[in-house]
Amino acid sequence: MTRRIVVVSAGLSDPSSTRLLADLLAKETLALLGDAEVEVIELRPLAHALADQLLTGFATGELAAAERAMAQADAVIAVTPVFSASYSGLFKTFFDVLERGTLDGTPVLVAATAGTARHSLVLEHALRPLFSHLQAVVVPTGVFAASEDWGAGGADGALVRRVQRAAGELAALVASRQHTTRPDQFDRDLAALGDFENLLRG
Amino acid sequence: MEYGIFTVGDVTTDPTTGRTPTEHERIKATVAIAVKAEEIGLDVFATGEHHNPPFAAPANPPVLLAHLAAKTDRIKLSTSTTLITTNDAVRIAEDYAYLQHLADGRMDLMLGRGNTGPVYPWFGKDIRDGIALAVENYALLHRLWREEDVDWEGRFRTPLQGFTSTPRPLDGTPPFVWHGSIRSPEIAEQAAYYGDGFFSNHIFWPAEHTARMVALYRARFEHYGHGRAEDAIVGLGGQVYLAKNSQDAIAQFRPYFDVAPVYGHGPSLEEYMASTPLSVGSPDQVVEKTLGFREYAGDYRRQLFLVDHSGLPLDTVLHQLDMLGDVVAELRKHDAPALEGSLA
Repeated sequence: MTRRIVVVSAGLSDPSSTRLLADLLAKETLALLGDAEVEVIELRPLAHALADQLLTGFATGELAAAERAMAQADAVIAVTPVFSASYSGLFKTFFDVLERGTLDGTPVLVAATAGTARHSLVLEHALRPLFSHLQAVVVPTGVFAASEDWGAGGADGALVRRVQRAAGELAALVASRQHTTRPDQFDRDLAALGDFENLLRG
Repeated sequence: MEYGIFTVGDVTTDPTTGRTPTEHERIKATVAIAVKAEEIGLDVFATGEHHNPPFAAPANPPVLLAHLAAKTDRIKLSTSTTLITTNDAVRIAEDYAYLQHLADGRMDLMLGRGNTGPVYPWFGKDIRDGIALAVENYALLHRLWREEDVDWEGRFRTPLQGFTSTPRPLDGTPPFVWHGSIRSPEIAEQAAYYGDGFFSNHIFWPAEHTARMVALYRARFEHYGHGRAEDAIVGLGGQVYLAKNSQDAIAQFRPYFDVAPVYGHGPSLEEYMASTPLSVGSPDQVVEKTLGFREYAGDYRRQLFLVDHSGLPLDTVLHQLDMLGDVVAELRKHDAPALEGSLA
């Protein structure tokens, strides 16, 4: 069965090192899984729609499609630039507006980019707690890439080995699981409701 | 099929003039709008219930509706909504039965939970109990209008022993009840269980939410033995702004839309119209969009429009109602024959 890998990239520039890291992780995961397809969600073009959803409570157009893709994902690779010692506001907004339960039990690989390696713990103090809250299953290895990892400083291949290790963990987790469709809020409420007599009994 | 208007009684600055009506002006405007609704041939006027600024809707809708009963002859008076969570079911039973007598039966009511978190603790309640409050309070209200001697014990109010709610409903017929909810299946289930009406506010969300809730309500209405799913009693909200031609309607409404309390500062008017039932345009366009509601909700029984919000001044609203009267006359030509006649 073809697995669906959804990549979320909150990079703002083009080319973007955030997108570059996301692509490395996706390519490696795809190679390991074999029968899989990758969908990339760039958040920049969705920025206005995200602000609208904050205000109206519902998603439209491409954003609605992106949120549906998240609900169908067998695995998520989430990559953000570091802004002010955390994930970017745009990245957080996307996960703020996702309907509760969208990522229930979904394998997630977290990754981040920054200008300096001093921010590398952002994976542990910001991204991992966010996805734990969303009840996703975060793989043990997160991938952080600072500016030096892309140039001569990364020549020892540390970033590549880390990408391989994280992608390996994600692929193994996905391969060990059946594809299941996650019910949305309405269906979960409905399933919990049972018969009205149950509600009446309190 | 019934057509009418519903209001939330918001006191909002008119963005085109910077003028904010006083509470007194807003309350008197609401009365004028209701009287006008009867004049143009609408079937229903419904008022919200509010306990906080910026609203000048009644905290207890029967206060307004009893006044309107005296000023009108034909229009049905209703609510949008009566808070079933924070009101005592005993007071709802008493006040609305009294209204029913004053209005000679020309009333019904729509129950809602209220989504304003701070309101609940003002009345000793907790918003996290919203569904449980709606279920328990209505179970009591339902009995109070049908039984003269009620013993009651529940989670949320003091027990009753041998209690009789007075006055008894007019001619022994309890007021008709609608249950309103945007996306809580429990409330569609509740409406179906009792064979009551189900109303989808409809106006602030894409239609797919309404479609799912209405489909659930219809299926469960049949399940509980109240009739066929297609005969279930569905009501929908709508929101219109009319002008002779669509460009004028858009140009006139845009300043209100752009800063409106609910959707202001967000999507454009055009985007919002494309994804919700908001209908701003010529009478023909509004008729066409409104007729489209039944494609996903089926044939339904009550259509309420919001026309008096976001700072629109009274004279504009009254002019809107003149045009709405013509729109409704056109809509009536398309009513499904099987659903003709009044409710309950």
